Formats: sequence, C-alpha cells, structure tokens
Amino acid sequence: MGDPMRIRASMAGDKVEVKVLMAHEMESGQRKDAKGATIPAHFIQNVTVRHNGRTVFSAQWGPSISKNPFLHFRFKGGKPGDKISITWTDNKGDKRTDETAVAGS
Amino acid sequence: MAGRRLAAVLFLAAIPFGSAAQDTEAAIQRYRDMLQDDSPAELEELKGAELWKTSRGPKNVSLEQCDLGLGSGVVRGAYAQLPRYFADSGKVEDLESRLVSCMVTLQGFSPADAKKNPFSAPGRPSDKEALVSYIAAQSRGMKLDAPLSHPKEIEAFQIGEKLFYKRAGPHDFACATCHGDAGKRIRLQDLPLLTDPKEAQKIFTTWPAYRVSQGAVRTMQHRLFDCYCKCGIRRWNMFRRPSPPCRCSWRSSPKAGK
Amino acid sequence: MNEVRRDLLKSGGGLLALVAAAALARPGSALAQQWNKAAFETRNLNDTLRAMGGTNAAESKDIQFVNPTPDIAENGAVVPVTVTSTIPGTESIAIMVERNPNMLSAKFDIPEGTDAFVSTRLKMGETSDVIALVKADGKYFYARKEIKVTLGGCGG
Repeated sequence: MGDPMRIRASMAGDKVEVKVLMAHEMESGQRKDAKGATIPAHFIQNVTVRHNGRTVFSAQWGPSISKNPFLHFRFKGGKPGDKISITWTDNKGDKRTDETAVAGS
Repeated sequence: MAGRRLAAVLFLAAIPFGSAAQDTEAAIQRYRDMLQDDSPAELEELKGAELWKTSRGPKNVSLEQCDLGLGSGVVRGAYAQLPRYFADSGKVEDLESRLVSCMVTLQGFSPADAKKNPFSAPGRPSDKEALVSYIAAQSRGMKLDAPLSHPKEIEAFQIGEKLFYKRAGPHDFACATCHGDAGKRIRLQDLPLLTDPKEAQKIFTTWPAYRVSQGAVRTMQHRLFDCYCKCGIRRWNMFRRPSPPCRCSWRSSPKAGK
Repeated sequence: MNEVRRDLLKSGGGLLALVAAAALARPGSALAQQWNKAAFETRNLNDTLRAMGGTNAAESKDIQFVNPTPDIAENGAVVPVTVTSTIPGTESIAIMVERNPNMLSAKFDIPEGTDAFVSTRLKMGETSDVIALVKADGKYFYARKEIKVTLGGCGG
C-alpha cells in the first residue's frame, strides 16, 4: 500500500474533470545500480476509476510511464459531491485505492 | 555517462545561432511551464503535512509546537522569513537547521539522528525533504524577506559572502566562478548571476523544486550540496587540496546503457 | 469483485451465486484485471497492433496531440503527452514511443460517456515519434508527433 494519491475532481461544464498524481517509483527494470545489478522493475500495471458503481476510465500501463505518474481525463454523468474512486495495482501485487468528492464548479 | 555528455554536446552544437536558437530556448521554457501544474512535488507536500502532525522520536511528540520564526506552530509564511536568528538555540538557522533543532528539543532525537538522511534516494524517503516541501509551500506567493538585523544574522551574512568568493577544491572554484558573472552557461543550463539581488531573489525562490532528473523534490540545501560536490569540495578539504573523487549523487548511479 | 457479487445477488442467485463469483474472480480469469503482457513487449507498430488484436491502422487527422505536449523535452524522464480523438466511437487510445526499448507506454479504455481525451507523462529514451493509436468501432487509426529529447529518460 503506497503513499496517497492526490486527486482533483471538479466540474468543467457538464463533465467531471479529474487530475490525479500517484506516488509510485515506476521503476522500468532497465536501470542498474552502482554495483552494476539491475534494479528490478516495479511499476503500476492497471488503473481503474469508478463513479457510481461503474468504471469511467481505465488504463494498462507499461514501465515507460514516468515516475509519480500523472493522469487527466473527463467524463459525463457526475455532479458535485459524487465520489470518485481510483485504484492502481502494480506488477508486485501492491495496490492502492483513494477516493475524493467532486468539487462544485 | 560519457554517452549522455556527448549527446548533450552534440545537441548543443546542433543548435544554430540567432533566432533558431531562441526558438529552442522558448520551446524548452514551454516544456518547463508544462510541468508547473500538477507537479509531483505536491505528493511530497502531502507527506510533509502528515509528518508535521505525526508524533515521533523518543518523546513521541509532533512538530506542531515548533517555532519556525513566526511563533510556535505557525507554518504559514515562515519559510519566506528564513534564515533568521533564534534565541533559544543562539544560532542563525535556515529551515533545515531549525527542523533539526525542533526534532532535538521537542521530539528528543539526538542531533546525529535528527541530521540523518537529509536527501531522499529511490526507496529511501527523507523526512526533512518532505517537511521542507510542505513548509515552503505554505509560503507560496509571498515575498522572500529574511531578516538581517540581529548581529548574528549580519555575521552569518558576512561569513556567507566570504564563502561565496572562497576558491577551494581541486578546480580552485568559488561560487563566484560560475555565479559571479552574467551570461554564463553549463551545457544547456543557464547560470544565474547570484550577486544581482533581483536574479538571486528569483532563483532562490524556485527552491524547493521537483527535479525531474532526480525524480525527487530537492531543496536549497541539496542545491548547495550538489554545487560543492560537483566542484570537488568536501567539508574537510575546504581549506586544502587535492580532494578525493566525490560521488555527487545520493541515489544509485545508473550505469550507461539501457 | 464486490460488484460481481452484487449483480448475482440481485438476480436472486443466493449462496450458489456467491460461490460462483468467488470461483470466477480467481486471478487469470476473465474477471481478473487484464494486463496485455505481449503488447508491452513489442518493438514496432505492427507487432504492437497485432498484440492488441488489430491488423492495420490508417493515419488520421482526427487524432491530435494537444497542449500539454512539448516539441522539445528538456528531460526525457518526464514528457507530457496529451491526446484527443474526434473519431466517432473511440473506445481506446494507446500511446507508443517508437524508439523506446518497448514501444507501448499505455493503453486507455474509454467507456461510453467518457471523453476521448487523455493526458499523461511518459519516459522517452531519445528523440522519437510518439504514436497515438485509436481503436474506434473495431477499426484502428493513428497519428504521430516527433518530440525531441535532450537528455535520455531511461536511466542511461
């Protein structure tokens, strides 16, 4: 269970606009440490965003997504006060879910 | 490492002079602007805010009673008025030094323990780095206004000025060597003229900042550490030469090749 | 897992439905999260396309790279890339970096009611074309944009 995400959800017209920063090393598995040993890959593989019981956005990621990943997307059908829940799972089986409420416009 | 330098040099050589070079600079500035919003620094600020309220150390107390210069527990605006003289410690302290003092007096850490791990590395977060990120963010938008009236503050200023011009280390560098003349550059990085008050104010207030190349928030203290390290200057060899090689990175150095 | 259980209970499945739900939710089954390993190990557009179940892709001006997406990235470790598609029926947007060791960076699924828009940040090892591959109504389309990189972002 990593560090908390920073989720911002607000209304942009009739859509909910979501910007999220996730705390994750996103280690590609391509780098070597000072002793020459490969640093093992450790990266988020799946991201799922849920609102009112349905998935409104999802992603499969590879290790070439930047460290401390950022994601920005928009969907219809939400209103201020609604809960948005975001879950990530990584290649080591770690997972994290954070929630936020949609801010008023 | 050599491959990277070569690539940077080749890229630099490929930038034509005149307006095309200005286009490149403008494009790079646009890239920097793109990373201002939703900076990963915000994650570090969240961690720091949490740490400020967390009971830690032998006395199991939080830092919430720490006086950062504006009164016990006042965080908002404090960073903009540091460094300053603190009567309780009898010293001029910047934010990092002040945090160490509070960790010792309030939380009961030994000075050695309080000073440990000032800079993060992959897999090894730094409490002070997170705290500085949080506290500095509470001064966002405020004018830098560190006091310079107490005799100790003036003394610290004078020592700093001497150090700015002191040449040391294997390259015989002083801060002034790179930052004492206008229009200098290291590869693609412009070097600010730190003897100009306007430029100094502008540059100092860009720290702490999320450093993309480090994948971490870096503070002014780290900036100073990195400058000294790259110049080959260690604390113990400040006044003699030559110095041994210094690993200028607090994270594992990646080897060349993918 | 929770929502599967709820649906089965709603349809009156009872205990049997709960057992069935537990069995269905085991890793590796259709209900477990999918990560297309093959697609993340390919080295060119055609192989990636095939791994994602497509055969060919047509270039389209209805896929755009918009702000924030730089022309030059000072550091390849963090390159913002923002893609929007106005192709009707867009169901997914994949982003690839042609000269990265493995091309595919991400695949985003766009359900009904969600904008065909995404902004994220990638690592780029060197100057390269970034390709946005869109699946719409079962067909594939793509657009390219070159992003120059001054410092490799893969740790080299």
